[in-house]
Amino acid sequence: MSELEQMYREVILDHYKNPRGHGAIEGAHAHAEGQNPLCGDEVSIFVRFGDDGETIDDVGFEGRGCAISQAATSMLTEMVKGRKAADVAALPKEDLLEEIGIPLTPIRLKCAILGLGVLKVALHRAKGTPLPAEWQGLADDLTI
Amino acid sequence: MAVSPATTLDTERLRADFAVFDELVNGKPVAYLDSASSTQKPRQVLDAMREFYEHSYANVHRGVYTLAERATEGYEGAREKVRAYINAPSNREVIFTRSATEALNLIAYSWGLENLGPGDVVVITELEHHANFVPWQYIASKTGAQFAHIPIDDYGELQLDALDEIATRGNIKVVANNLVSNTLGTINPVEKLAVWAHDHGAIMVVDAAQAAPHRHIDVQALGCDFLAFSSHKVCGPSGVGALWGKRELLDAMQPFNFGGEMIRSVSLERTSWNELPYKFEAGTPAIAEAYGFGIALDYVSEVGLDAIEAHERDLVGHAMASLGEIPGLRIFGPPADRRTGIVSFEVANVHPHDVAQILNWEGIAVRAGHHCTQPLMTRLGVAATTRASFYLYSTHEEIDRLVAGLLKVKETFGA
Repeated sequence: MSELEQMYREVILDHYKNPRGHGAIEGAHAHAEGQNPLCGDEVSIFVRFGDDGETIDDVGFEGRGCAISQAATSMLTEMVKGRKAADVAALPKEDLLEEIGIPLTPIRLKCAILGLGVLKVALHRAKGTPLPAEWQGLADDLTI
Repeated sequence: MAVSPATTLDTERLRADFAVFDELVNGKPVAYLDSASSTQKPRQVLDAMREFYEHSYANVHRGVYTLAERATEGYEGAREKVRAYINAPSNREVIFTRSATEALNLIAYSWGLENLGPGDVVVITELEHHANFVPWQYIASKTGAQFAHIPIDDYGELQLDALDEIATRGNIKVVANNLVSNTLGTINPVEKLAVWAHDHGAIMVVDAAQAAPHRHIDVQALGCDFLAFSSHKVCGPSGVGALWGKRELLDAMQPFNFGGEMIRSVSLERTSWNELPYKFEAGTPAIAEAYGFGIALDYVSEVGLDAIEAHERDLVGHAMASLGEIPGLRIFGPPADRRTGIVSFEVANVHPHDVAQILNWEGIAVRAGHHCTQPLMTRLGVAATTRASFYLYSTHEEIDRLVAGLLKVKETFGA
């Protein structure tokens, strides 16, 4: 088994099969959902803030999709809990990719950062945090 | 398992025409099982295009010099090859487009905007590719027409019983259907739909992108009014497709794009349109690509569409029998004898993207996703499927490697 396969198995599959922060949060203060149009992956994210209205007290997600998208979102919930909304809004995607730790092709990269984008949209809507151009496409919903 | 029927294709010899099969992916020979998405290109097509560029290239139609004449001859020769390939009555009815998608958009815009309105009904199917679905959905909403769909049964076959009810909804004006489903491989009863459409005064639009590479196409026998297909799925280059339409319909339509080539005369006061097919070919077309398209049709015709169809039926039978033995694997769509060389499936508890990634470690190329058929995915109750698809160069050995790769997927995921 190659090193890559080993890591896929250990890191990704652990989070995929036992996702942290899985499930909707009743009465969430921030919420958004997004899709990856390439593969139809879906992620919904729910955030509850602490008494200061800034600190992420709890974060949960629901979704369906590939192991990378779901495992990355699971890892993300662990990374952002206890942090301030403004910090998370500014969190570079590289930090998440480092956490995932396996090399990803451009297509799989989109899977990996779907949850992060949805979280940024949720924070933007609830708190008006800046939403860099890279993520704005996720927030648009133009229909016929 | 039954002994495979003999096919007349010498796959070994044909594969020698495709340099890509010498390619290694992750140290293994590539097993290309994504031909429904796009086919690989034989050297006959590539060599001919290079030669065309080196000896016969200029812009088409307007030049009076020798190179322009040669280029025009090559381009118009390709139009005649397309005409013959689909048995169209006249090459004036054959329009080169950028793709099958653009051809279908051309019909939806140029015919649909002028002919649809409130009280009218556009009928599509639940297994339509987005290219023959979204343009009609959009034009229906623009014009106030209804947008109705023919549902499918659990085998992925059209439920024609639904037509009677659909007919009560208004004036049926368009029926649009793919001859072969790109996701399930279902061969659809387009001839029957064309009769029904005409009985109700509607036009029949056929998306043949997934059919034209695999079986004889005869627009007159199908009884349709428009038919679209693309070059890149028939061993030709990407960037060019063809639209065939009945002359009286094309004559009555306004152009889709405006610019050079499509005009007869232009003045400050008014502009008049060129004759068919040029009315619909604004701007410099994909000249060498159209030429290559024609060479590709020669190649496929020489291999023989009957032999290709028999070869694919053999492959799909082998694939469905072998895949069917893998526990937890579910195949979508009709039995092998009612489909072309396409098998869409799901592996329980493993997302298609992960299936495709692990197969790629073994050098196997399959498609994972919704295949531009999201309404069909919804009907099947899945977000995506994994799809293996075959063509004239595909082999039993590649399918056996797919099966071994899928066992590895299950092992990796503990599924």
